[in-house]
Amino acid sequence: MLEVRNIVKHFPGVRALDGVDLDVRAGEVHCLLGQNGAGKSTLIKILAGAHQPDSGTISFDDKPIRLATPTAAMRAGIATIYQELDLVDGLSVAENVFLGHEHSRFGFNRRGESRRATAGLLARLGHPEIPPDAEVGGLSPAAKQIVSMARALSHDARLIIMDEPSAALAHDEVANLFRIIRDLAAHGVSVVYISHRLEEIREIGDRVTVLKDGRAVASGLPAHDTPTREIVSLMTGRSIEHAFPDRTGAEFGDDVLRVTELTIPGVVDRVSFTVRAGEIVGLAGLVGSGRSEILEAVYGARPASGTVTVRGRPVRGGPHGAVRLGLGLAPEERKAQALLLDQSVAANITLATLGNHARFGWIDRRGERAAARRLIETLDVRPPDLDRPIRTLSGGNQQKAVLARWLAEDRTVLLLDEPTRGVDVGARAELYALINRLAGQGIAILLVSSEVPEVLGLADRVLVIRDGRIIHQAPAADLDEHAVLDMIMEGSAL
Amino acid sequence: MIDTRQRGNVAGREAVWRRITGTRHAGLVVALALLAVIGLVTVPDTFATSSNLVSILALASTIGVITVGMTFVIIGGGIDLSVGAVMALASVWGTTLATQSYGPAVMVLCAVLVGAGAGLVNGVLVAYGRLVPFIATLAMLVAARGLAQRISEKKTQLVQSANDVIVSLSTTRWLGLPLLVFLFALVVVVGWLVLNRTTFGRRTYAVGGNPEAARLAGINIRRHTMYLYALSGLCCGIAAVIIMARTTTGSSTHGDLYELDAIAAVIIGGTLLSGGRGTITGSILGLLIFTVITNLFILNGLDTSDQLIAKGLIIVIAVLLQRRNALGGTS
Repeated sequence: MLEVRNIVKHFPGVRALDGVDLDVRAGEVHCLLGQNGAGKSTLIKILAGAHQPDSGTISFDDKPIRLATPTAAMRAGIATIYQELDLVDGLSVAENVFLGHEHSRFGFNRRGESRRATAGLLARLGHPEIPPDAEVGGLSPAAKQIVSMARALSHDARLIIMDEPSAALAHDEVANLFRIIRDLAAHGVSVVYISHRLEEIREIGDRVTVLKDGRAVASGLPAHDTPTREIVSLMTGRSIEHAFPDRTGAEFGDDVLRVTELTIPGVVDRVSFTVRAGEIVGLAGLVGSGRSEILEAVYGARPASGTVTVRGRPVRGGPHGAVRLGLGLAPEERKAQALLLDQSVAANITLATLGNHARFGWIDRRGERAAARRLIETLDVRPPDLDRPIRTLSGGNQQKAVLARWLAEDRTVLLLDEPTRGVDVGARAELYALINRLAGQGIAILLVSSEVPEVLGLADRVLVIRDGRIIHQAPAADLDEHAVLDMIMEGSAL
Repeated sequence: MIDTRQRGNVAGREAVWRRITGTRHAGLVVALALLAVIGLVTVPDTFATSSNLVSILALASTIGVITVGMTFVIIGGGIDLSVGAVMALASVWGTTLATQSYGPAVMVLCAVLVGAGAGLVNGVLVAYGRLVPFIATLAMLVAARGLAQRISEKKTQLVQSANDVIVSLSTTRWLGLPLLVFLFALVVVVGWLVLNRTTFGRRTYAVGGNPEAARLAGINIRRHTMYLYALSGLCCGIAAVIIMARTTTGSSTHGDLYELDAIAAVIIGGTLLSGGRGTITGSILGLLIFTVITNLFILNGLDTSDQLIAKGLIIVIAVLLQRRNALGGTS
């Protein structure tokens, strides 16, 4: 029914989709699998009309269509339920369901009709108890999801895309979700289902398409009986073998970072570990396992109980205090959390250590530029132009600039969250070498990555995180990719 | 390596040169020149006289000082609606009989401290009370105006002859210009230096441009935000001294709607209302454009209502042009 051919989509500095194909049959539940950055969200957004592909074709019911806007996609019969539900909290359930296509006569909403229609849809979804007049802001996440689905149905959608619908749901709610999906499929509605949880895909899916580095590396696999091992190696199989630096014989100093009983209620549960000077410790886990939250809590950027000490001194007063104790964080979302996109490369590099280049608040611009230039040369940021706006650099070079920010003065501990996300293959090897070099200088490094091979290849020691707890720890040399993947995925389903 | 260094320097020099010649402000300079031409054509004998130019600058001084503070707040991602009211409050407090009895130095100090203090309250409410800047400063606008009325009992307070030193800021001239114009220039220069040459300025851009990145880089964004509003209040205090000098009074009615003129000047000057981008130079040019328009309408004997319509149009046109430039620049 839906036929996607050879879709290519570029973003500045990165090729997000590199010729993707996707076929969805009528009435099937088609699962989309892939690691972070594989291109899943970009593909969804193209199908939802939120992004335009650079090239490629989409046909629906054997007719080529252009999804120029989200409205166009809706009209064509494609509805998308995003992970962050796009409901208006201040409006009622019925108003949300019919937002944009209200029942109206002469501009006046026929609210009774909307309410009746909404009640009907909710009943069909197995939730007649949700009152159509309730304000959406007061509903539970599960109920909100039902409302989103009712909205999709109100458009007579024939293809519903669900982006990690189970992420916010409890056990029995997931069961209800599956019941609804089955019911939809039985009525000929196709569902594109995205999830990290292999078990769910086995239960609900008909066929699977696996995305990797912006390409579909496998499509139309049977969801029920393709071996896990095969799916996992498709997801992780690398087009180019990365050259990880050799870490054997690396020498470690004393414990530098000590984390004790770190707890964020509902997210992270009594996590304790230490990192020695010169050691790289990797956190392996799925999105939502708590791995990034651990990093942010260590950095003081997220309230948590428990203690974090650096060389015996407790980290207090948020990131400001953490930086003073010698911590540095390269956050997960480079653009949203690290970069000043309008500013120059130099201003971005010296942001955290500006005080070192200033006397009584007065910036020594020559000293600042000299330091930035030195770092640009050391890290080989290209182009080596201090005054270029950082938004014009490629992902890999932006990431180097973020790392450079923390190298402008001696750091004791570096926290790296997804340091190679959105970085193309060639630049990754350089980043790996750089991280290795930093550890060689005696910096303690705590690394998070969704890519298990990256954690295994870079780290000396690996902590496997699931459901906010450390479930296993071992030297990286004693672990292999499949063992770790089994651990982080196992039980993450129902 | 030498190669890149030279290239870096050349690029740096070009950037500096660009800033000085004002390529980014070329549109504003042209607009200002255009207004001057209109002035020379329509009212040739009154516009280009030195007394008229002096009066334009004197007029611009009060709001100009406020505009400098406003530029900081807006680049830092906020807004300050209370500036006019805070200036009025500072002018009233600086001219009460009690304050006047201590002499001009205390009057100035009092006005400046009252301004900075009100700004600090704004800052604490926004940064630590987590009020939306619009609401916090709106509340201050109303409350400061009320407090000013209460202190002055809604009367205009004259600067006493014993304290004429303050008035001499307006009457004494140096190089043909009243001293308060130099005070205005001083505030602009200091403001420019702080914004472009200090860690405070650099962090202001960071806090406004990407607060999360600034926070994770270890910048104390709350404290910084608080300082920004205190700085704006301080500028209002200085503006209060200028208005005391120009009108020889302190009054709760001073500075009515100044906040709108100051915000408009900042916006016309190319500062993003969402923060992170903007310049003092642009704001001052924007303000001069506004002031010259006012002046032209007065000299031509036109209705002030038309003047407001013209100003409204200019705000829209300026922002539309800037958006086109910004889009052209990135693509």
